[in-house]
Order: sequence, then C-alpha cells, then structure tokens
Amino acid sequence: MDKTQNNKAWFLVLPVLVVVAFSAILPLMTVVNYSVNDTFGNNDFFWVGLEWFEEMVTSDRLHEALGRQILFSAIILAIEVPLGIYIALNMPKSGAWASLCLVLMALPLLIPFNVVGTIWQIFGRVDIGLLGHYLAELGIDYNYTNDPLDAWITVVVMDVWHWTSLIALLCYAGLQSIPNAYYQAARVDQASRWAVFRYIELPKMQGVLLIAVLLRFMDSFMIYTEPFVVTGGGPGNSTTFLSIDLVKMAVGQFDLGPAAAFSIMYFLVILLVSWVFYTVMTNLDKEEGR
Amino acid sequence: MAQITLKNLAHSYMAQPKAESDYALKEMDHVWQNGGAYALLGSSGCGKTTLLNIISGLLRPSQGRVLFGDQDVTEAETTARNIAQVFQFPVVYDTMTVRENLAFPLRNRGMDAAYIKARVGQIAAMIGMEATLDRKARGLTADAKQKISLGRGMVREDVNAILFDEPLTVIDPHMKWELRTQLKQLHREFGHTMIYVTHDQTEALTFADKVVVMYDGRVVQMGTPEELFETPAHTFVGYFIGSPGMNLLPATVQGNRAMVAGTEIALGASYAPPKGRVQIGIRPEYATLTNGAGLPFTLRRVEDVGRHRIIRGDVAGQTVNVIAPEGMPVGAELTHISFAPDRIGVYADDWRVTGGAV
Repeated sequence: MDKTQNNKAWFLVLPVLVVVAFSAILPLMTVVNYSVNDTFGNNDFFWVGLEWFEEMVTSDRLHEALGRQILFSAIILAIEVPLGIYIALNMPKSGAWASLCLVLMALPLLIPFNVVGTIWQIFGRVDIGLLGHYLAELGIDYNYTNDPLDAWITVVVMDVWHWTSLIALLCYAGLQSIPNAYYQAARVDQASRWAVFRYIELPKMQGVLLIAVLLRFMDSFMIYTEPFVVTGGGPGNSTTFLSIDLVKMAVGQFDLGPAAAFSIMYFLVILLVSWVFYTVMTNLDKEEGR
Repeated sequence: MAQITLKNLAHSYMAQPKAESDYALKEMDHVWQNGGAYALLGSSGCGKTTLLNIISGLLRPSQGRVLFGDQDVTEAETTARNIAQVFQFPVVYDTMTVRENLAFPLRNRGMDAAYIKARVGQIAAMIGMEATLDRKARGLTADAKQKISLGRGMVREDVNAILFDEPLTVIDPHMKWELRTQLKQLHREFGHTMIYVTHDQTEALTFADKVVVMYDGRVVQMGTPEELFETPAHTFVGYFIGSPGMNLLPATVQGNRAMVAGTEIALGASYAPPKGRVQIGIRPEYATLTNGAGLPFTLRRVEDVGRHRIIRGDVAGQTVNVIAPEGMPVGAELTHISFAPDRIGVYADDWRVTGGAV
C-alpha cells in the first residue's frame, strides 16, 4: 500500500458539518417530523404517515395560493426584467451622473422589507397617503384595502419599485464589460439600434440576466413581508401568497402538521423550478457555443 | 471610393487644449490618394489610432476638416461615410454563425440574398473559413475570430476605404504573412483605399505603397519604403525604419564638410550652416570599417544574423552600428569608420536639411 489511510481529515470537516447540522439539517428535520405526525402539544406525537401531504395536495386553499403566487411571479418578472434592461441601457456610462444614478438605483435595495411595506402602506392610504389622496382627487376610485385589483396593483408596483434596481444594476454591470470596439464595429457595419441590442448587448448580458431572473423568481416566489404589511393578504384572500398562507396556517391556526407538509412541498417546488430553470438556461448557453 | 483629404486637422482628448502638448494629434494637412495602400507606422501612443478613428468618423476632430473626394464629411456619422474598419482585437457577433457574421454588413445595407451568398462564399474562401461557415462564432479561437473581423471588413465592395487598426496582433506569424498577402492581392483586385495601422516596420513596408510615419502626434514622413530608407525626413524615421536604425552623430556642418568629434568628414552635398542641434545620420549599411581612414571607432561586439553581420561599437561615446557582409574579417586592426559621403543626411533639430550642389 502506498497510500496511508488518514482519518484525521474527517475531524477537519467536522466544524462545517456541525454548523450545517444546526443551521439547516436539524430545523428541516423538525419540519419533517411535524409533517408526518399529529400533535396536540406537550410533545405528544401521533404518527399519521402521509396524511397531511395528501390533504395539502388536494387542498383548494393551497391551489389558489399557488395560482396567485405563480401569477404574481410572472407579472413582476414580465415587468421588472424588460424595465431593468431598459433602465440599464439608458444609464450614463461614466461621469458624475453615472455615480448619482448608481446611488439612486441602489437606494430601494437598501431599505428593509418591512419598511418598504410600511412606506407603501401609508403612501397608498386614501386618508393620509400621498398617492391614495391624489388618486382620489383625480377622481380615481382607488382603495387597496377593499378592492382586490387595487391591492394587486399596489403590491406589484411596490415590488417593481423595490427590485427593478437589482436587475438594472446587474445588467448595467454586464453592459459595462462590453469593449467600446464592439459599438464602433457595429457603427461601421451600419447595425441598427435593435441589432446592437440583439447581437451585442443581449448576448453579453445573458450571464448576469440569468442570475437576475433566477434571484427575482426565487425571491418573488417566497415573498412575505411586503404584501403582509400592506394588505395582510387581503382583501379576503386575494393577495394571500404561499408564504402568507403558510404563516396563517402555522401561526394563526396552529395547524402545525399541514403547515409542515406545506413547507416541505413549497421548498421542493422552489428547488425544482430553480433547478429546471438553471439547467435549461445553461444548456441553451452550451448549445449556442457549439 | 474617394480621395481622402485632411485639412488643418488636429485633435485633443481634452476639452480645452492649451499647449501643443495637449494635442494627441498635431495640426496636419494630408491627402490620401484614391486606391492607395497606406501603412500608418509609429510606436504606441503616437496618435495612429486617433487619426484612424477620425477618418472613420468614430471620433470628431477638435479642429480641421475631413474630405472624401469633394465632400466634407467632418460632421458625418460613421454609417454615412461608408467605411470599413477592422480593429486590433477581434470583434465578432457571438450568437451569430460565421456566415451571418460575414453577411451582417451587407444585410444591414439591404443587399439581395443571392449577392450576399455569393460574396460571403468568396470572402470565406479568402480567409480560409469555408468549412466553419455554419458554426457559431462564440466557440472559435482568437485568430479565427480575427479572421472573421477581417472578412467583415472586406465583404463590402463599394466602401470608400478600408481601415485596419493593427489587425494582425493576435494572429500567429504564419497566418499573418498569408493574410497580409491576401490583403495585398485584394487591394490589387479591387483597388480600395486601404490604411493599415501598425507598429511593425516589416508589416508596413511589405503591405504599403506609401508608408506614413507618425511620431508624437505628427506625420513626420509620407513616402515609399525606399524613400523612408534612403532619405528619412526625421531622425525618428531613420531610427524606426531599418534594423538596426540609422546612426546619428552630433556634428557641425559647414559647406560640404562636417566636423564630428574633431575629425572632418566629407558630405555628399553642400549646406548652409543649419540652425539648432545639428546631427549627421548614416545608415549602418553605408558605413564601413577601415584601418586608418575616417573617424576613430571602438568595436564593442559583433552579432551574426545570418545574411550579414552587425558590428556594434562607438564613435566619441555615441553608439554606432555597421552592417558588414558575411565573411568579411573583423579584427583589431579595424580602428576607424568611414561613411559613404552621398548617403550622409544632415539633421537640424531632428528634421532633415536639404543640401545644394557641392
């Protein structure tokens, strides 16, 4: 034997294992435990198998929340991605204006989520909010507390306000990495503005755009704080997204078993969608390289 | 196609240039003949690329006019100038195939499909990329990409001029020679005005009918390779062209005589006493070592480069090189150096002074 077995190496990995166990695996196992048991407190658990999962899979309530969630993510991606690209394309490339733009763009990203919610909650109020008040002055019947459509518009606009900057900044970084010679060559080749975007800017932004879309998808799919602060999931259940529903179920109704089953499925859905998304995008990239 | 005229042209990258040194391109007047093959030669930072970008319209000059034929295009956009330009580093449209890349400038100008197909085929054959026409440009090597850039530069037949900005920097030596030959052939076939920027004298001398030597933002000489070699107009040309460059020795000149370090030597022409810092210049090819006649010479070393030998030494503390034929014995008895009188140039403040009859 020329290789000596040295099991000491395992000790060096141990700290990481411990940290990961406490931060991820143990909490997750707690949830798994709740999802297959019924409990009435006092740490009394009764084995129920996959009952909660079956209940959740067939639950209309969950289906509706999932539908709303998908719709919400789709809408904000459809608005934020093109808008972010458009803003990035129109930001000054250098000089004092560029710095100012960067700071202004970064501001919404630096505000804590619940503060964003509070800002819009007050901003949109008909009695004291700037937006709500002037919309009423203009004769527009806007009230996010009792009109589902108004609630949706408010929540979507808030998310666009909060997160478009992220996409814009990422795209801006991608654009900055394009050497000037590309634009010069395009001018020499008489390329149209659209062709410059399609053949120079978009391919160079593809990488960052992939990250941006993935981040925004995951974040929007898990959104909780902002809509909770603004609408509390209402009116009715119209803005109750998956996270809000989950919290209602777990903390509001103390249905810990169903909530745990829900959590696990929720986690798997996000994992699955992100994985599919990532695989498809990276494969596209590889095929193009061929 | 058109003759390109530069009138009082100057450019500074500063908004408010004050001194002359603020200008990247000093004031110049030049005419580029229609159909000429020009090389723009100079060391890095001498303003070659600036001049090229002004001609192609990528840069607006601070002052002066640019004329294509009789038409003033100073304010015209690049797209309106109908110019092709190839850049130092490969610029390809990654997501397009090689074929689409080559066809792109033609498509943007609305040429018909049959013509584009034929023309792209022709260019692909020229750059040797027929086999890879349907591949995406993204995965190709740097020199394949640069060949695409070159192809895209040459694909249009009706351009006013084709500008090359050190296009062969990233290409390997064997391919360099081949592509240069092809460019030359293309020039002969289609007669486009070509301006080729380079800092490599071999490249410039082999490519161009006329070489334009730039130094410190100024065109110091525009001439045939032979003119640059035989009668450099500026000490920089003498030094930059030729290997090794021209020897320069401080001297005082009176009539057809020059005094160098206390020794009098004969000149091929007669000069009125020049003003400023006076130097005489002699190419290493026209200097010979002797065992008595001429200036005292201290031999330092001999380099054998194959077809001849370069003898390095000094005269009165100044480095002087001599090119000696292969086989000439070099020994300790060679203590002096003499110059062919009619090959000696006289320079005042670095500019050549023309002499009269002896």
